[in-house]
Amino acid sequence: MIADLFPHAQPGAGLIGGVMIGLAAAIMLLGLGRIAGVSGLAARATGIAGSGAPHGIAIAFILGLPLGACIVASVTDWKPATYSAPLMLVAAGLIVGFGTRLGSGCTSGHGVCGLSRLSWRSVVATGLFMASGFATVAVMRIAGAL
Amino acid sequence: MRIILALLSGTLFGAGLVISGMADPGRVRAFLDLFGRWDPTLAFVMGGAIVPMAIAWTVQRRLESPLGDKAFSLPETRGIDTRLAVGAILFGIGWGLGGLCPGPAIASLSLSPVAVAPFVLAMFAGMGLHRLFTR
Repeated sequence: MIADLFPHAQPGAGLIGGVMIGLAAAIMLLGLGRIAGVSGLAARATGIAGSGAPHGIAIAFILGLPLGACIVASVTDWKPATYSAPLMLVAAGLIVGFGTRLGSGCTSGHGVCGLSRLSWRSVVATGLFMASGFATVAVMRIAGAL
Repeated sequence: MRIILALLSGTLFGAGLVISGMADPGRVRAFLDLFGRWDPTLAFVMGGAIVPMAIAWTVQRRLESPLGDKAFSLPETRGIDTRLAVGAILFGIGWGLGGLCPGPAIASLSLSPVAVAPFVLAMFAGMGLHRLFTR
């Protein structure tokens, strides 16, 4: 049914990749007692965050991300994605970096770990960043940027 | 042991990001594009990720300590404040603009380093700005 309604969707790949992300976060939680929140761990790995996970744990997790991506790309028929222009990416990156630190999390920490924990803070944060994401892309569409 | 677990978690996470389509800004934006050719794939990613984590949380409540460390270090679940709300709204704007969030951007450094570098460098600059402002 989904294939008929949205022929471009990939629900199977989405589900499999999603389960892998959830298992990865479960390893972090049950193995190390921590949230697999990428923005927090990235800030910690680079020394930007003054407190949080031990540096070694943060650095190992963050280095794992490109390693895992690289492994998948080398064993599947992965094709390079299309990215926005550098200036747009710089603006987006600045806002994402500042916003995720101010809001204490991103899609992984609030979205995956927080929602599954039924954390009220994460439910609100996820609702807000989804809503502002929808609104931003709607404005981009109106402005003819898509 | 702790480093190996963290590396394993990060590697599995990065692999999942690529397989799921989260590392493709076009697919992310198609999910956020309610008035265009909407792509529901990311809802499946989120659903798929939440199931193992929901089980993990029920296991966590029965554990005295994590399997590979001394104690749990978990954030608060309550207390909504302006910082949380403004931060989340800002993050959503950046996510829509670039089609990238922190995990996929860092993971993509091994796939398209030149293309994602501006985003990742600016993201760390944004995190640094936050640190400066909240001293």
